[in-house]
Amino acid sequence: MVRKIDRDHARFREIVRGRIRKDLHRYITNGELLGRLGKHAVSIPLPQIELPRIRYGPNPKSGVGQGEGAPGTPLEGEGSGNAGDAEGSHVLEVEVTLEELAALLGEELGLPRIQPKGTRWLRSTAGVYTGIARRGPESLRHFKRTYKHALRRTISLGLYDPVRPRVIPWREDRRYRSRKVTDSPESSAVILYMMDVSGSMGKEQKEIVRLAAFWIDTWLRSQYRNLEVRYIVHDAVAHVVDAHTFFHLRESGGTKISSAYELALRLVEEKFPADTWNVYAFHFSDGDNWSARDTERCVELLKLQFLNRANLFCYGQVKSAYGSGQFKKDLDAAFGNDERVRSCDIPDREGIPKAIRAFLGAAT
Amino acid sequence: MGALPAELEHERARIEAIARDYGLVFPRTIFETLDHDNLNEVAAYGGFPTRYPHWRFGMEFEELAKGYRWGLQKIYELVINNDPCYAYLMKSNATVDQKLVIAHVYGHADFFQNNLWFAPTNRRMVDQMANHGIRIRRYMEAVGVEPVEEFLDAAMSLDNLLDPYASYPTTARRPAPSAEEEPPPRVEVPRLKAKGYMDRYINPPGFLEEQRARLGRDRAKAKKFPPEPVRDVLQFLIEYAPLERWQADILGILREEGLYFAPQAMTKIMNEGWATYWHSRILTHHVLNDAEVIDYADHHAGTVHMPPGRLNPYKIGVELWRDIEERWNRGCFGPEWEACEDAEERRRWDRETGLGRSKMFEVRRIYNDVTFLDEFLTPEFVEEHRLFVYRTNPRTGQREIADRDPKAVRDAVLRSLTHLGRPHVTVVDGNGRNRGELHLVHRHEGVDLEIEASLTTLKNLYKIWTRPVLLETQVEGKGKVLSFDGKEAKAEDTASGG
Repeated sequence: MVRKIDRDHARFREIVRGRIRKDLHRYITNGELLGRLGKHAVSIPLPQIELPRIRYGPNPKSGVGQGEGAPGTPLEGEGSGNAGDAEGSHVLEVEVTLEELAALLGEELGLPRIQPKGTRWLRSTAGVYTGIARRGPESLRHFKRTYKHALRRTISLGLYDPVRPRVIPWREDRRYRSRKVTDSPESSAVILYMMDVSGSMGKEQKEIVRLAAFWIDTWLRSQYRNLEVRYIVHDAVAHVVDAHTFFHLRESGGTKISSAYELALRLVEEKFPADTWNVYAFHFSDGDNWSARDTERCVELLKLQFLNRANLFCYGQVKSAYGSGQFKKDLDAAFGNDERVRSCDIPDREGIPKAIRAFLGAAT
Repeated sequence: MGALPAELEHERARIEAIARDYGLVFPRTIFETLDHDNLNEVAAYGGFPTRYPHWRFGMEFEELAKGYRWGLQKIYELVINNDPCYAYLMKSNATVDQKLVIAHVYGHADFFQNNLWFAPTNRRMVDQMANHGIRIRRYMEAVGVEPVEEFLDAAMSLDNLLDPYASYPTTARRPAPSAEEEPPPRVEVPRLKAKGYMDRYINPPGFLEEQRARLGRDRAKAKKFPPEPVRDVLQFLIEYAPLERWQADILGILREEGLYFAPQAMTKIMNEGWATYWHSRILTHHVLNDAEVIDYADHHAGTVHMPPGRLNPYKIGVELWRDIEERWNRGCFGPEWEACEDAEERRRWDRETGLGRSKMFEVRRIYNDVTFLDEFLTPEFVEEHRLFVYRTNPRTGQREIADRDPKAVRDAVLRSLTHLGRPHVTVVDGNGRNRGELHLVHRHEGVDLEIEASLTTLKNLYKIWTRPVLLETQVEGKGKVLSFDGKEAKAEDTASGG
């Protein structure tokens, strides 16, 4: 039976979805609008969804409380002293699963579902206990089945006495719950984020990369069940780092992009063989490279080796005060109509949605 | 849904008998036990599962379900002011909790039935809410779900703009038109000069009559409308806004439901205190067995827990009731008591009057929170319970204890309770600038309005009034006018400075 509240609740979720979708561009370009980020869900404060009322501001300047302390003692913790109507003003936070968010992103930016390459069958033992086995841990013993077997055996052995119905299960009677092992197609993907951390990449540039990476992550995660992420930073040399370092590191010095590409290539060769992994690489930089020679080397690396192994290589050129923007031009000249290489200028935060569409949208 | 299990039913009958013995008077009370999901559903609908459909209830439900899932909050019980009275209990409550809750429910049921301020409430509200639900669903079928939902969205944001005292009989507030007031002078239309025999042609009587009528109309228009500021904004809209029948009916429904809930907001401290007093009395003196005492004490302590810097209505309420009982038992009232200034003597005062219980029953009949606290929040009480007034320090932006003066504390409490803690807003002009603009005034009582929310509310009000709407208020001591004219929402300083 559908409960009454389910209909109202579904309508509420629909409205939430609509509001988020309407403001998605704002969320994409402004990370602070998203609230706490969990593993599977993100909570989004939606002040505009609450019914507006003519009401008092959030922080009453005065009120009544209880406790010790002379005048002048600051209050511990928070708490309003309004004893009347409890119409407190807190901002409603709705929870949206990352899958839902990815679906919204896909709809809004018109992203196509990804055709994974190299699917393989994975023996997955995780899942529900639907089977019955004769052996297993005691904690999984199926009491009812065990009893039934014991009862059947007792009766067939003629030991059953209706006056004193005692049933003692033997070892052979015991039945246990077990997991059914199923084979399911499983595709895995790895995202490689590479970022130029040379002196010219400022705080704002990194913020743009961070936001773009979050949304790319969200989208690809909704497409693959098994997603690995690796972060590479480079100036004149490249390193694999963790996510926190990736977004917060500030280096200075020259830029040798080929160092990052070499490292990425080595990583893919060693850990993510192309026949089972879908490889997506994203490189963000302000477009300055050490020398034209190095750029040549980059193009060569991509063309001859990397693209054979990767699904996609994307280059986002974040505008900075110092970057010349030469790298994108060179890249475009070399891979003009290769679908596997996509590049996009990201002049500011507003450019993020466009970049995501350019990277992950249908090929034009 | 389910009736109480046999064991609890037995306890319930026992508790009911004890409560009636104490003199509590309440209608037949029907208990149902619900699991958390169903209880949250009922709570989301404000206690009335048959209410009209609206996403707001779904939102409420999600909040409650989330709170329950994360163990942040749990509803123990819900009581509905109705005849018969309905009480919903959480199925998973331990037996001792259920006993406490049952006694608590009888306290509320008694209060609903006997407190004066509940007298005008509809005791068949369960049926009435279902009727409202049917009517609104019928409108949805007739004009479509979307328009009705849209209208509900707009109307609901105005549902606190009503006069909580509207359902009480009042003596005529408006002065009757006095005899001295002269009828307005007859309006004269200027005539063109003409010789007598030409007059009929130069100033044709038909034209003159028409002009006279026009002047009369203009004058009537210019007259103040409404004649007095109107607190009941919803009623004003029902009468004067250009509404379809179904729209007017929906406003009426919201107003009726708002008025039904108003006395509960008006007596929160008293009502919760009263119910807490009785569950504590009945359980500790009659019902608890030895094994249950600790669990009971734990639960009770949770109910009356008051973190520093916060007023818990259960705690303040029950302490005030106990204070009244003790004072009237010892005879701490009357001119002799008032005149006594010796603190030591007052402390040891005992006239053995023993009037405590009967005074409590009298108070529960005629007081509401405002009068209750005004009368019984004594300096001794403020001192004993360490109450204080806090204020935001403008320098540090932090809230700090400002005053322990009993009078200041009482004033601050009363201020937060007047108008149910809602802003006081009236309609002062329904024909603003002679262009049908709706002019509201907020009576500033020390706390500023939330401007953003107020502006959005004005947008909703505009949807209903269809002409520009504006609200006068004050922000940080300066006059402000918030307005929406269909295109632009503005907050401007007033020239006069409020």
